[in-house]
This record gives sequence, structure tokens and C-alpha cells, in this order.
Amino acid sequence: MTTTVDQQSARLARLRDAAHRIRRHAIDMGEVQGQGYIGQALGVADILAVVYAEQLRLRPHDPHWDGRDRFLLSIGHYAIALYAALAEAGVIDPDELQTYGSDGSRLPMSGMASYTPGMEISGGSLGHGLAVATGMALGLRHRGNPARVYNLLSDGELDEGSTWEAALGCAHHGLDNVTAIVDVNALQADGPTAGVLRTEPVADKWRAFGWHAIRVDGNDLAALTAAFDELRAHRGSPGVLICDTRIGCGVPLLETREKAHFMRVEAHEWQIARDQLEEGYRK
Amino acid sequence: MTTRLTTSAMIASFADPGQKTTSAPFGHALVRLADERPEIVGLSADLAKYTDMHIFRDAHPDRFFQLGMAEQLLLGAAAGMAEVGLVPFASTYSVFATRRAYDFLCLDIAEPNLNVNVVGALPGLTTGYGPSHQATEDLAILRGMPNLTVVDPCDSVEIEQCVPALAAHPGPTYLRLLRGNVPTVLDQYDYRFVLGKAAELRTGRDVVLISTGLMTMRALAAADRLAADHVDVAVLHVPTIKPLDTDAVLRAADTDRLVVTMENHTIRGGLGESVAATLAFAGKGRGILPIALPDEFLAAGALPTLHDRYGLSTDAVVDRVRGALGT
Repeated sequence: MTTTVDQQSARLARLRDAAHRIRRHAIDMGEVQGQGYIGQALGVADILAVVYAEQLRLRPHDPHWDGRDRFLLSIGHYAIALYAALAEAGVIDPDELQTYGSDGSRLPMSGMASYTPGMEISGGSLGHGLAVATGMALGLRHRGNPARVYNLLSDGELDEGSTWEAALGCAHHGLDNVTAIVDVNALQADGPTAGVLRTEPVADKWRAFGWHAIRVDGNDLAALTAAFDELRAHRGSPGVLICDTRIGCGVPLLETREKAHFMRVEAHEWQIARDQLEEGYRK
Repeated sequence: MTTRLTTSAMIASFADPGQKTTSAPFGHALVRLADERPEIVGLSADLAKYTDMHIFRDAHPDRFFQLGMAEQLLLGAAAGMAEVGLVPFASTYSVFATRRAYDFLCLDIAEPNLNVNVVGALPGLTTGYGPSHQATEDLAILRGMPNLTVVDPCDSVEIEQCVPALAAHPGPTYLRLLRGNVPTVLDQYDYRFVLGKAAELRTGRDVVLISTGLMTMRALAAADRLAADHVDVAVLHVPTIKPLDTDAVLRAADTDRLVVTMENHTIRGGLGESVAATLAFAGKGRGILPIALPDEFLAAGALPTLHDRYGLSTDAVVDRVRGALGT
């Protein structure tokens, strides 16, 4: 496929708008509860914009359509970001986002499949997503269904042995309908990943397990689109996109705050965050 | 005459000498089911040959998926296959399915209530290996898991009948698999497996044996022996451990007869405690004689030796019942 310079810049502008809306939705949801994994949500907003605005084959009003691409969020605490992306994709109504985390809401703070249209699995206990993705991909291929399976996992999740069981399984079975996306924010619950349990060199590990691995700046839309295009064309082995992301990306107040897995945001800071996001977007 | 085994082999038979057996009933039943239902698939974690899944693998190679010695992947992948419309049977040893991959059975299979059928071989004391392979507490582990149906079959006849029933049940199941040359006992009785139902295999006025799994085979043998002493023994077979057929249990146990529970499982958290709780919760609390494995890590050894030592052999059962009756 050839794309002109104009087409590519239009594509990036469209994705930049989508990422902006996802970030704004996430900040609004964070403010509703006065908490949330807002740092991570802002960090993965660009990835989710590319995935939901252009990569996934979905029918927004038919979330159980058999031909859909499956996106598995194994990191349940990132649900705040996924809800924003589902709103962007038209799967849920943006007005519903204000119920985030409230009693009776379809949008609980940790993602659960039985609550939310478009949420394929219940995440939260880490290390499950890629194993389930392996079975879905094997099953779809067996049934002749061309749908693809994506799994967003975190670098902390690479601590779990089951992730590597599944990495072996996908490679052994040549599952080129699987795309793993690893959000490397270099931070986990007890501190920096490098100090908790070292996972680098991440790309070398995936390659040694038989995966086609690409590593990009996960907040660079041009790099992300090029990488997703390459992975989609790749055949014969599963693909992994390793994304180095910045916690709080797009909101300098949060980008520069001391790094924490669960970022505290004071009540008056949500508006500042929103203002800074708008300011960055208009630049 | 069969020589009595005296070695602690992993793969061993608990069939009595000269007993009629059937080879790999699970594997053959799964093949027959798969011939009729194209969505049936089989998965294994490097134990197809030892869980009778190899019969299915050889008959339907395109529908068999090898996941390697990776039980978390086995159950996570089985969930994924069910999510896309297949009906998986995933086999490994019970110890690995329950102890090692619990979180995957719980969150990927049971919580979304998927039609995944987990098949665990070497349940309870059915291997001469020690605690690494003896799943003596699998029922205790799994009874607390919502949505999960748990089945402990008696023999080859029951395994053949329950395989299609497990696939037809919309939710997740766990089968305590008897593999290899499996005793064939229930062909002598007018019996049909019904998921969730207990069955009175024989009536009796003096004693009622409430048994599950291979212990029903021992219960029937013990009842015959006791009949020779003019002790009239009933046998209620309870193949579905969860959900328990509490109506049948209450009908059988709310009685003047000696009530005995029999299970190939630790005394903690299995059939005996389920029956006791059923009676107490119904306000019918009473004494029960529990025949079960002790709350210990068991020894290695030959199965006949171990079944005698830990009280599961027919001789041991007869002695316990006679002792309780004071005869």
C-alpha cells in the first residue's frame, strides 16, 4: 500500500485527535473518583488511539460479533484508559464515562468482561491475558476466522511466569494472528521495574522466545503506526510491540511528578491537568 | 492369578486381581463425542499419553492442541478456545490442574462460566508416587469455586456416560479421571449417569454407604461381603460432588441406619464433610462414620499396600463397618 505524505499526515492528525480525546476522557473519569491509574492511562493513550481508531476490526454496536478482532486487557487497572478508548470507538456512550467506578456502573475500576461491552476478559490477576489470547488465536485459526487477537500487558506483568508459558505457546504454534503490546513504563507497584525484578533486555527476551519484536517510543504516533503496519504484514510468528511510554504523558504536572504506580492527584489539580492537556494539544 | 504389586510406580492399577476392566474409557468416549460434535477439541500439557487423551489425539489430530508442560497456559488457552466457540477438554494430572493452575481455572474459566472441561488424572490415592502426584485434596480445593461442577466417577461405564454430559453442561466442569485399564463395575447395575444426581445402587436396612468415585466400587464389594454376615447394606453413589444432590443425601442419611461416607480424598473438605454439613444445615445433624484418607501427606508405595494402609481397600472398609456395628 502506498500512502502519500498528505494521507500520512491526515492519518496522524486523526490519531492525535483520538489520543487527545482519550486523555481528556481519562482525566474526567479520574476526577469523578478523585483517583485512578491516571498516569498509566495518559501513558498508553497513544497506543489505544492507534489500536481503536484504526487497527481493530470492530462493529461498535455489536460487541459480540464473531468476526471482531479481540483486544485483551490483562492489566485490569488500566480499565480507565480502555473505557476512554471504547468511548472513542463508539462501543460505549461517552456520557456513561461519568459513572466510572461508581456503585452499579458498567465501568468498574478494574476491568471485568461481564460488566462492560467490549471488555473481552476480566483482568487484574496479572499474567492471564496472553494465555487466554493463545487459546483464542488457536481457536480462531482452527475455525478459519481471520480475526486477530491483541493483548496489552505491562512490563511488570513480565514478572509472571505464565506470560512466558504463553510466549512459548504462541511461538510454538506459529500464531501470527497474535499481537502482544507491552507497555514499558518502567514502574511497578513497589517501585522502578529495574529495582523490583529486572526484565530488560525486553526485546531480546521476546526474540529469543521466537517472536517478531519491534520496540518504539509508545508516545510517538508515527512510530506506532509504522510498527503496527509492519506487524500486521508479518507472517509465520507472533508479533510483539514493545512501547516505551511516559507516565502522565501530555500533562506536564503529572509527567514531572515523582514516579508512582498509583499517582495521587489533589482535587484542585484535575482542572490544571485538563488545562495543560488542552494547551499541549493546541501547540 | 495376578501378582500383587509391590512397587511405588506412578502409573499403577487399583483394579482388584481378576477384575473386569476397560481400556482408556475417557479417550474413546471423547472420540465418539467428537465424531458428532465438531466443536469438541482436546488439549494437553505434555501428558496426553498418561491421561488417555492420546486416543483423541490419534483420532482427531487436527483438533488436538499440545500446550507443553505449562498448566497455566493449558487452562488459560482452554478458556480462550471456549471464548471463540469451541468446547475444550483439557487434561493433565489433578495435582497440576488444581494446585498449580488454580488461578487460571478460577478466573479464566469459572468466573466467566465457560464450557471448559478440565480432566484431572491420578485423583486422590491412585498413584504410587508420593505427594507430588497424589491429589488427595483436589475436592477440598475446588469445592469453594463458584460455577464449577465437580464429578468423581466410579468406573469405566460412568466415565463413558459422563463425557457427553459434561460437554452438554454449559458451565465449567472438573472430572476426576480414572485412566488406563479402568475397572468396569456399573454394567452389573441398572445405572445411568445424570449430572448432579446421586443414585441408590442397592438398598439395605442396616447400613447406608454414601460413596463417590472409585470408593463406590469398594462400597459395592463391601456390601456383598457384609451381606454374607447378614448385614443389609445400602449404597448411595454420589458422582457429582458439586453441586451435591442434597435431597438424595438427606433421604439416605436421615435414618436409623449406620451412615458411612466413603471417598478417595482427604477427610478434610470432601464428601464426608459435605454430607455432614448437608445434614446439619437441614437440622438433621447426626453421627457419621467417615472413610477417607487421613489429613497427612501420604507415603509412596504400591497402591494395594497403600489402600490397605490408609483404609480404602475393601477389607479395610468391611473392618471399619463391622467395628462400628460392634459385630
